[in-house]
Order: sequence, then structure tokens, then C-alpha cells
Amino acid sequence: MPTSPSDRGADPVDLAVVGAGPAGLAAAVTAAGLGLRVTVLDAGERPGGQYYRHPAPGLGAARPETLHHGWAAFARREAALRAHESAGRITYLPSHHVWTVVPDGGRWTLHAVAGPEERAAAVRARAVLLATGAHERQLPFPGWTLPGVVGAGGAQAMLKSGLVLPGRRVVVAGSGPLLLAVAGSLAAAGARVPAVVEAASYTGYAGRAPALLRNPGKIGEAATYGGALLRHRVRLLTRHAVTEAHGTGRVEAVTVARLDRDWRPLPGTARRIPCDALAVGHGLVPQLELATGLGCATVRAADGTIALELDARQRTSVPGIWSAGETGGIGGAELALAEGELAARAIAGAAAPAALVRRRARLRAFAAAMGAAHRPGAGWTGWLRDDTEVCRCEEVPAGCVREAVEDLGAGDVRTVKLLTRAGMGWCQGRMCGPAVAALAGEGASSPGGAAPDRRPLSCPVPLRHLAELPATDG
Amino acid sequence: MIIGAGVVGAACAYYAGRAGLTVAVVDRGPVAGGTTGAGEGNLLVSDKGAGAELDLALWSAGLWRELAEVLPERIEYEAKGGLVVAPDETTLKALRTFADGQRAAGVHAVEVGAGELRELEPHLAPGPAGGFHYPQDSQVQPAQAAARLLAASGAEVYLGEEVTGFLLERGAVRGVRTGRRELRAPAVVNAAGTWGGRIAELAGVELPVLPRRGFVLVTEPLPRVVRHKVYAADYIADVASGSAALQSSAVVEGTPSGPVLIGATRERVGFDRSLSVEALRRLAVQAAALFPVLADVRVLRAYHGFRPYLPDHLPAIGADPRVPGLLHACGHEGAGIGLAPATGQLIAAALTCAETPLDPHPFRPDRFGPDRFGPDGSGPDGSGTAATR
Amino acid sequence: MSQSPGTRSPRALVGGAPVATYTMRFDGRELSAQAGQSIAAVLWGAGILAWRTTRETGAPRGAFCGIGSCYDCLVTVNGRPNQRACLVPALPGDTVTTQEGTGRADLAV
Repeated sequence: MPTSPSDRGADPVDLAVVGAGPAGLAAAVTAAGLGLRVTVLDAGERPGGQYYRHPAPGLGAARPETLHHGWAAFARREAALRAHESAGRITYLPSHHVWTVVPDGGRWTLHAVAGPEERAAAVRARAVLLATGAHERQLPFPGWTLPGVVGAGGAQAMLKSGLVLPGRRVVVAGSGPLLLAVAGSLAAAGARVPAVVEAASYTGYAGRAPALLRNPGKIGEAATYGGALLRHRVRLLTRHAVTEAHGTGRVEAVTVARLDRDWRPLPGTARRIPCDALAVGHGLVPQLELATGLGCATVRAADGTIALELDARQRTSVPGIWSAGETGGIGGAELALAEGELAARAIAGAAAPAALVRRRARLRAFAAAMGAAHRPGAGWTGWLRDDTEVCRCEEVPAGCVREAVEDLGAGDVRTVKLLTRAGMGWCQGRMCGPAVAALAGEGASSPGGAAPDRRPLSCPVPLRHLAELPATDG
Repeated sequence: MIIGAGVVGAACAYYAGRAGLTVAVVDRGPVAGGTTGAGEGNLLVSDKGAGAELDLALWSAGLWRELAEVLPERIEYEAKGGLVVAPDETTLKALRTFADGQRAAGVHAVEVGAGELRELEPHLAPGPAGGFHYPQDSQVQPAQAAARLLAASGAEVYLGEEVTGFLLERGAVRGVRTGRRELRAPAVVNAAGTWGGRIAELAGVELPVLPRRGFVLVTEPLPRVVRHKVYAADYIADVASGSAALQSSAVVEGTPSGPVLIGATRERVGFDRSLSVEALRRLAVQAAALFPVLADVRVLRAYHGFRPYLPDHLPAIGADPRVPGLLHACGHEGAGIGLAPATGQLIAAALTCAETPLDPHPFRPDRFGPDRFGPDGSGPDGSGTAATR
Repeated sequence: MSQSPGTRSPRALVGGAPVATYTMRFDGRELSAQAGQSIAAVLWGAGILAWRTTRETGAPRGAFCGIGSCYDCLVTVNGRPNQRACLVPALPGDTVTTQEGTGRADLAV
């Protein structure tokens, strides 16, 4: 049950699930089905997370499934969530941003900022499942702060939830399978997509054929997107990147250049494509603030991002804290559903069905193959100019980051942040983190467990909330 | 050879270099990777009672003014002044006595009436009985200050290399060993801050540096809403306290880049890196009590650091008579940024046998021998916590 | 952007109709909002991509990540600064204004 901060004696629930995306949703309904009392805290207004983001009921969409792949898997679990909710087995708390999880006498207390009015809320639980998902990986380029340049996932999210497009002529760029899905939806919703610009080479998949062949469903998914692109006459340019966006006040065109194997732009290959929006993203990054705040161990995943170290039962290195889905390495909705269910079973003390364990292994292998194929090449920083803003919040240019690294002895994200303010603003480094890490020389060569800087607050918290927390002996 | 690329190590390198010595700095992490990077950049005289530390702070305040002329603007030196607020008449009286002692030592302290407080700080809550304005209190951006000092020192810098042992010849230090190499030098300065006790141990001597954890809150970027470093008078008692329990008295200040900093708690919990919600709560309560307008802003970040704390709240600065060739410059607790330049000057003087304008005796590193230091926390000369940090 | 019926559009794709439409004000302009849309969605729908200027250079910004992570879409809603336009639902009669810098210039001393 949600409690006011003064209500500390409240009975803890068996399981608090943070996130109502595929992993959190699957975990919550599985755990409730096994008899646990569950509270789900989700930042979104409706269940589904980013993948199953869909229009608010008020928008009256008759066919929300046209924006999604695998909608039935979601619809089934959402119905189960509602049933458990009315039976009193699940307490579902939408619009709850959990800002910290702290140990509390053998239990856990989750503190949240709730609703647009930013109320304080707290939940006590015996076990916690972090299903906090991911956000998009962004690599800066000159002009990326122009209005009309939006995240590829962002364009998709705005379309799915608000039925709007950023422009009429939208270039889709970056890297990763999400680009095809985004281009397909934007085109189906009426945008002209002059090109999908993919930095990796899809022939890079060839060396990873076994993982792909074991995942026929995934190939089917790709074929769906491919078909949509053909239908809308969208050109796919592989081993190319948008190296600059042009315009005054808003994007009017982009420069596209061919890349070498390391993603270095090849001289003489640049050309302009006129457009009024650019949807760009380079895959996803696990969202780990709550987990690393608790001290959960991390590993470097095949796609170069930092993910949680999880065991076969989805346990983190901190006893009592579990995780499922993108936090354990980017792997998609189907994997998240499987992991959420496995985690819930482990928490409830139930056996893991062999078929489910096999499905997870197969999907993880596929995710690793995809991640490696789309991992950014080291040469991408070649398209940064010294005046290109790297940190959008604090307006820190690349030259300033380079000075900190080359002249002032910064060799890691934290020191660059201290010296330049990159990553100190509102988003706390979510947008610039991968870029700063690359400029600081962190990445492939750094140790696998390279812990991301701890963020004790996973999102902004009104000072009033902190002041109104119940006093303890400290 | 200086161990530690924090602000104290950087200042030692800077002044040793200016004294004509060839200097190298080694650190297991990056520049400003320890307590320096977790500091707020306080250059305070206001919180120090008359005594050796205040003398060091006053000397340092002058040196920082000079450094601000020669180092890049990015160090964000700001002579903003401090404002100490007394909630009631009793505290105000105690503050007057405290300020009298400080004035005798050379501090500018100006009493401010209840009415004038809000002229100095328009958002201050009504109610305090009065306070004192300390124009000498200033601020720098600590990581930038350390990095620029280090860059200007001309020292050879070895970052990401942990010192694993000392090179000794006939009981005297002749350099250090790192994971990658041996670095030879006739003198080695231990500027390892909170980890200075471990370095001393490597050289076979004891230096009882303890970590004293502090949390800081950082708000969303704001226009200038707080002009000075503002804190309630009970902060002074907290700084001087040796208690392990959580203490808090928020120092509230604006920064040139926008966020308001609210720091810091003090508690002795070893190197515990977990979040203390109680520490955040207390800081928030006190900040909102001083500046009600802050209740409605968002806190974007909280972070913690470990102050290097010696039992008598004074740093250890100078040659260690127990091991020839070993010097210490650590244990500055929460005042390392402020005290760094004078510490650097003392170390440079010790290395070149030069005169200093300040008697370094109270900072001698061997003052904590078991026979010289009582279990009650009293200092070597029985002065207790005469100095306030 | 305006979408005429019959051509491809987000609405044509999902079908149906909003349960209500109403107006919201942005910098003095009246914009049409559909029930359930976020403020950012209403602004995009009107072809508006920027509703904030940055603290340092005064550069225009709008929605970027679209999911509440990047805080680039901060805007002043009914006088309250620093609201994430991509998350906050547009309500009938809302007054939205371009946010300059910190959005709290009124607090400056």
C-alpha cells in the first residue's frame, strides 16, 4: 500500500516491482498468481512501459495494436494486472517515480514522487524487483540540439502516446533494430521517410548466424519492418551516419556520410538530405540509477553499455534485490517478459519451467549478437567538432571535455563531470553519458564491472519531500 | 614526490615547483578523485575559532586571492562572503564572543542586526536575532582549482597508479613503488587525504586519519537566490565536535553555474557509501528553515564524500621525524580546499628549509603518539578542541 | 501538424476519435488539444517544436527523448516552471509559456 511518509509502521508487501513495462508487468502478474502481495510503482501513467506505450483512453484509439508488435502479449498481461488489482493482490501505482530504495530493518523502503502534483509516497517491501528498463543511447553530432532533432525512440513514443509526428519529412538515423521499427511506424502514420541511416552494417549479422537462426520470431519481426519500409519506399543506407544537422531555429537538412568499419566518416562522401525532422538513436542504455545506488554489481554488455550482473534466477549482487528486462542488458520485450516471469517465480520460491529458461537463453544470445553488431565504433567521435555540445543540459561543448581529458588529467566520466559540468544537469548524464565515456577513453578497454557513477537520487525530488520525511536516529 | 592529486597535493606541487624543486605527483585515481571532488569549495575563516587553524586559514585566504589572479577563471573564485545566522539572543551572544576572538586573530567580522540580515539575503526567513558577516569567506570550484593548480605546477603526473610501497634506504624514504614502476625521490609527501593513514602505514608510521562522511544536496539550476555562504551558528559547534553521531547544520550557497549547494552533514561511519535518507532530510529541513523559497525547488543530486579527520581537528603538515624523507600534508577534514595553499607553502618551506610566516609546530605529524595523545580526545598540549576543525 | 482525413496520419492508423477536444494557450496562441495528449503532443500537433530557451546561450529546445528522461522539454505550465511537457497531460484551459533559462527569474536577488 502507498503510505504517507509518516506511516512507517505499515505492513510491508511481499514484493515491490519498480516499472510496469514488459518485465515488471510479467513479474507482477506472475508473482500475484503465485500468491504474493505485490505493489507496482511505475513512472508512466499507464502500464506497458516504453515498448507498449499507447494512447491515453481519452484519445479514443480504436486500433492501438497497429502501433505495436506483439500487442496480444501485453493485452493479456494487462488484463491479468487489472484482475489481480480488483482482487486486492496487486496495488498498481502509476505516475510514481521511485527516487531511492533504502534498506529498512531487513525490509526495503521505496520513496517515490507521485503524480503531476509531485506528492511524496513510500512503500515497504520484503523483496524488490527493479524493472526500470532503458532509455535511448545518444551520440552527439553538430546540430543535434536543433528543434526537430528528436530521439528515434522519442518520436516513436510521442506517436504511440500522443498520435503526433515531429514533421512531415523525417530522416531516421543512428544504429540498431529500433530504427526500422520507428521508420515503419512513422511512415505508416503519414510521414515521408527519405532514408533510414544505419551506422552498422547488416552484413555484420552474418558472423552471428546461429543466434539469429535460433530466433525465427525475431527474423519475422524484422521482415515485418522490412516489408513496411518497402511499402513506403524508404531507403536503407547502412554504414552511414548523420554527421550534422543544419537549420536555423529548426532542422532543415542533414548531412549524411559514409563510415569506415570503425564509424569514422569517410572524406568526400558527405551529402545533404532535406528534411524537417530527424529521429536519431543508437540503441538503448539500461537505466540503473536505483540499482547502482544500492550497490548492485555491473558488467559491460556486448553492445558496450553497462548492465546489471544477474544470476540464473535474476538476482542482483545485493540480497533481496532482483532485476529483469533491459537492466540486465538490452534484449527487447520478449526477453523482458520471460525474465520478469522467471524473477517472480524465483522470488515466490517456485521452480523455473525449463522451456522458459531455454527461451531466455536463446533470446539473450540473440540480444548479444545484435548488441555486438550495433556497438558504436570508436571512430564516431570524429564527427564531433570542438563547439559541438555534448551535454545538452549544461551546454558543455566537446572541446571543453577534450581539454579536461587531454590537459587536466580526467580519464573517466566522473572527473570530466567535476571539471566540465557535463552530466550535472537535469538529466544527470543520461543523454551525454555514453558520449562523455567515449571522449574520456572509458569503454571497451575499461574493466568489465566499471561501475557507473552512483546517483543516490534517481530523479529530481522536491526539497520539501526530503524535509517532510520521517525523522530517524540517523 | 607527492602522493595525492587532490587539492592539497596539487598545492604542494605548485609551491614546491615555484620553490625550484622538481616535482612528480602520483595518484591511484584521477585528479580530484577523492574528497576534493566531493567538496563544495569552501574557503572559510568564519567557522574557525582563534588558534592555529584559523591562522592557517587566514594565510590561505590571501594566497587564494593571489592564485585567482594567475589561474584560469574556470576555478570560479568568488569572494562572496559568509553570513552566520543566530536564531536567538543566546546564540547571538555566544557568536559575539566567538567573533571577538576571531577579530583578535585578524578576521573581519561585522555584526548584522536582525533587520539588515534580509538586506544581505532577501530570501532569508524572518525570525533570526541577528548574525555576523564575514567578508573574507570565499569559494572556488574545487575540482577545477585542483586540476588547474596541478597543471600550473609543471609537475610530472602519474594518474591511475596506486602507491604499493615505499623505497627505503637505511630507514629513510627514497621514493615510492607503484603497480607499474619505481619513482625515486629524496622526499615523499603524503597528501592522500582521507587515505593518508594507509600511506603512513606503508611507511611504517601511524597517522590516525579517520573518514568523516558528509552528504551534500544540489538543487536545480536557479538564478542567484542566495548571495553569501549562509549557515546557522550551530554549524560551528558541529565542525568542532568529535562525535561519531550524525550532525548537520546546512551551509546554503548559490554557485555561478546555477544550482544551490546545501551541505554538509558530518558523521563517522567509516567508508560507508550507502545513502542516508536521514542526512538528506536534515539538510533539507535546515535549508528550508533558512530559505523557505527552497522548499519548492527540486533537488537534482545528492553526493557524499569522506573528510580526512584527525582526532584534534588539525591537519598533519610537515616532515615526519620518525621516517627521514617522509612528509605529511593531510587530515584537513572539511577545510582542505581552503587550507591547501598555505599547506603547500609550509611543505615547500619544509623541503627547502625556508622560513615561514606561520609556526608549523601545531601541525607536526608525530603529535599523536600513544603517550602523547589522551583517549579523551584532548590534544597533545591538553587544549582539547581549541581549534575548531 | 494538420492531418486531413483520408490521407495517412496517426489518427487514420489507429482509428476512432478523441472523447473530447479543447483548447490550451501557448504564448498567447490558442491551440487545439485532444483529451489524453501531453502538452508536448499538443505543441507538436500545432507544428511547434521549441518551447524553452537554454540558460547559457538562449538556444531553443523542445521534446527530445519523448519519455521523460532528458528534461529538454521543460516548460512553464500555469506559472509553474520546469514541467516536463512530454509527460504532463494538457488540460482544458492550461496556459503554457515558453520557459526562459531556469524559469525562475522572479527569484533572482
